[in-house]
Amino acid sequence: MEPPQLGLIEQSFNSRYSNWAREALDELPDNFTITDPCISGHPIVFASRGFLKMSGYSRDQVVGRNGRMFQGPNTCRRSVMEIREAIREERGVEISLLNYRKDGTPFWMLFRMAPVFGKDEGRVIHFVAVQVPILRRRQRRRNGEGLCGEILSNSCRREVCSSSSVELAGVSAADSDCRVQAMEGSVWQHVDNYVFPKDCKPLDGFQLISFLQFALVLFTSLEIEEKCEASDTEKQLAATAISNVLSVLTHYSESTGRLVCEKRFGPSLVSSSLHISLGRIKQSFVLVDPHLPDIPIVYASDAFLRMTGYARNEVLGQNCRFLTGVDTDPSALHQIKQSIQAQQACSVRILHYRKDKSSFWNLLHISPVRNATGKIAYFVGVQIEEGSVDRHGLSPEMRQLSVVGSIKVAVRSSSMSYSIH
Amino acid sequence: MIGKGKVGCQRGRQVADITAIHGVTRPLIHVRSVRRKLDIIQSNPSAHGGRGALPSEGGSPSDLLFLAGGERMMLRIKRVPTVVSNYQKDEGEDAARRGGGCGRNCLQKCCIPGAKLPLYTFKRAEEIPGDKCVLEHDDNQAPVAFLDSLLLGQWEDRMQRGLFRYDVTACETKVIPGRCGFMAQLNEGRHLKKRPTEFRVDKVLQPFDGNKFNFTKVGQEEVLFQFDASEDGEVHFFPDAPVDADSSPSVVAINVSPIEYGHVLLIPRILECLPQRIDRESFLLALYMAIEAGNPYFRLGYNSLGAFATINHLHFQAYYLAVPFPIEKAPTRKVTTLGDGVKISELFDYPVRGLVFEGGNTLQDLSNAVSDACIFLQDNNIPHNVLIADCGKRIFLLPQCYAEKQALGEVSSELLDTQVNPAVWEISGHMVLKRKKDYEEASEENAWRLLAEVSLSEERFEEVKALIFEACSYTLSEKEDEHLTQGAGDDKPPLEGTGSINKGRNCNMVSGTQECLVLQ
Repeated sequence: MEPPQLGLIEQSFNSRYSNWAREALDELPDNFTITDPCISGHPIVFASRGFLKMSGYSRDQVVGRNGRMFQGPNTCRRSVMEIREAIREERGVEISLLNYRKDGTPFWMLFRMAPVFGKDEGRVIHFVAVQVPILRRRQRRRNGEGLCGEILSNSCRREVCSSSSVELAGVSAADSDCRVQAMEGSVWQHVDNYVFPKDCKPLDGFQLISFLQFALVLFTSLEIEEKCEASDTEKQLAATAISNVLSVLTHYSESTGRLVCEKRFGPSLVSSSLHISLGRIKQSFVLVDPHLPDIPIVYASDAFLRMTGYARNEVLGQNCRFLTGVDTDPSALHQIKQSIQAQQACSVRILHYRKDKSSFWNLLHISPVRNATGKIAYFVGVQIEEGSVDRHGLSPEMRQLSVVGSIKVAVRSSSMSYSIH
Repeated sequence: MIGKGKVGCQRGRQVADITAIHGVTRPLIHVRSVRRKLDIIQSNPSAHGGRGALPSEGGSPSDLLFLAGGERMMLRIKRVPTVVSNYQKDEGEDAARRGGGCGRNCLQKCCIPGAKLPLYTFKRAEEIPGDKCVLEHDDNQAPVAFLDSLLLGQWEDRMQRGLFRYDVTACETKVIPGRCGFMAQLNEGRHLKKRPTEFRVDKVLQPFDGNKFNFTKVGQEEVLFQFDASEDGEVHFFPDAPVDADSSPSVVAINVSPIEYGHVLLIPRILECLPQRIDRESFLLALYMAIEAGNPYFRLGYNSLGAFATINHLHFQAYYLAVPFPIEKAPTRKVTTLGDGVKISELFDYPVRGLVFEGGNTLQDLSNAVSDACIFLQDNNIPHNVLIADCGKRIFLLPQCYAEKQALGEVSSELLDTQVNPAVWEISGHMVLKRKKDYEEASEENAWRLLAEVSLSEERFEEVKALIFEACSYTLSEKEDEHLTQGAGDDKPPLEGTGSINKGRNCNMVSGTQECLVLQ
């Protein structure tokens, strides 16, 4: 998939906030990103200087891409899931997360995200995410001294008994991690520094190896896998940063007239979470609401807009009849109307017109879509231009049906939660 | 609330029939020890969380079975099996049809020659794994993956052709308020008002029975596509590929009584008629499917016999539900990391005790760690369920004991009346309810209570966990060892030695033998 065009990204930001916004944001010392859930792929549209420095990437490498690019093998999947769900539910979240820099090194940070609502639209137009690196209590992590001190003082003292550090040093596990060997010196120093009771029996080889493996496991696990809690200071930093960014955005949205705010206002056409789910579907389709007067379009995919040449704000709220023209067969229209009334699916071949008045044969498939109540919430219309070919070799019918299926899942699931309306 | 708890009583009672549960007679002798591989260990007599004492406080019913040396004390429950195919008939009807050509497009020798089905071949991701989701779509949000599209499109097609018994999207569903987020669905059409069939619940490994319903009897129209590994390392799709019996195809078929949209069955090597038990190759196939679909809301599940699988023909289930499952949200505590990088954690603050497998240096490592654990459980007669979630990145393994409790009359009638059979989806937090009353009154507390009955007790879970770890770490030294874990697709009778696990590591474990550890 090609990344969303830079134009879209730029527009996401510029259409909302005045030019000074970028400068103001650049003045903030915090690490943060701003993402747009309405652009397919939910890409980053702005990354602060601090963020780029922290992650090691350049602006070009980050803008337009999704936040998952910073995740890696040891990133906790549950945490990723929590973030994903927060996005779907249009709410904030604060969680510690392991991310990876450009050079591949992992680091823990406190991730705090907040939604930004469009005042007119009543739905989320951006997410602001702040990242505060979580610092280890002891800085000297590389040689392991600080950390090992922690390990040993907290856990091992009772288990380790030795008459000499030389003995220990000599028994380092043959196939131990080189990281352990690098820190060997300091581990052994620490062991030596702790006072062992004089009547302690020397460890046997097996116990020593167990201890070393234990220490190794602890060391590596504390290094990477253990859940890392942020300190109160770090949480405070995150809260302040979010607040700063939101203030800037709110302030600079006034001059464009397209205000943003921190809380949702008013009804939305479709919920943000449904919006995001629908954004994954690359084909041309629209959702119409049969319960509203004149059955207006409540969602239109990017592909639909490309196919017909219209802009989103020109189609939302309109009935689909704007696609018809002089040579459109009325009986096809009639068939569509009947199917909607009978709450059934149908396929028609109908002549439609683009904005520039050119016509095309549309293999249109319409189907009712129910939500979690079990009742019909929308009808979906999937358009395929006659003669277009699918690279996978799927027939047009099959392509359309897969769109219907994806939408049915999205609509049903997104309306299940009691917290979403 | 909880079953008929009797701690440490005499075992001479006859278990009463409760909602068609087959009665079991037990002898007067209460065996106070668990027999394991020539080693009598005094078991702990603790009550199992107050849920009623199974003889497993002393011995398990299967131990009694063993000691008594007879089949007459098997545990059975009766339930109405879910109809997953339009060709699934009652036992009697089935037998009547056996003779002669079937006269329709099934998947047996009569109809396979000349049959054509779409074929999707996936690319084997041998190397660094599970980040397939990440690596392939690292520029932007993953668009709907092709397999995802294919499956949904085919499913919608069958919907429109009227192959399903009901429209599942017309069934009301909701997330139950509470911190766990259990999901409930009111589905009155799923369960039939037919006479219940008897299911043996004390044997996880049972041989395949061609007389019973199996997936070769489904109609070809119920099969969506064949699903196999590609030969050239690239993904391919053939809309109309011949079904080649010699290549032992695996297929994806619809479940005509769906729990959710897109409910399908993955049937590995369907023509080989494998019984319902895990082997390495089949599990890996299931994992590949989760990865290929690339959708964290498309999850695969497996139920062993005794854990509410109704058809003894190897299959996995899957469907779409774009909300997080409670089990996925449950906190976990790390237990260990294996030598091959597989990380094992355990659930806590969740009504059912279970393990979570993640990571692994390669996909095979993760897959094998889980399969080996399952093989261990099935060899030791412990019913279990498996959930593959998060595009194959997280796998949940849950041993359970509900069926046994049900057979022994240990479950309260209140819970039995809901007729919820806690299989993998229920355990994961998705409950399908057939009575409006149950749906309206569904609460987090009720759901938790039901699931708590399913779980192994803490003591028993700890035991099983320890044994599983031995089974998993076993794979580290596999190279030095002669014994291989159960090979794929062979028809060895289940009792034959598989993955013999005692490796002189101070464990007195049972290798796959007659000792049945069906304990709570």
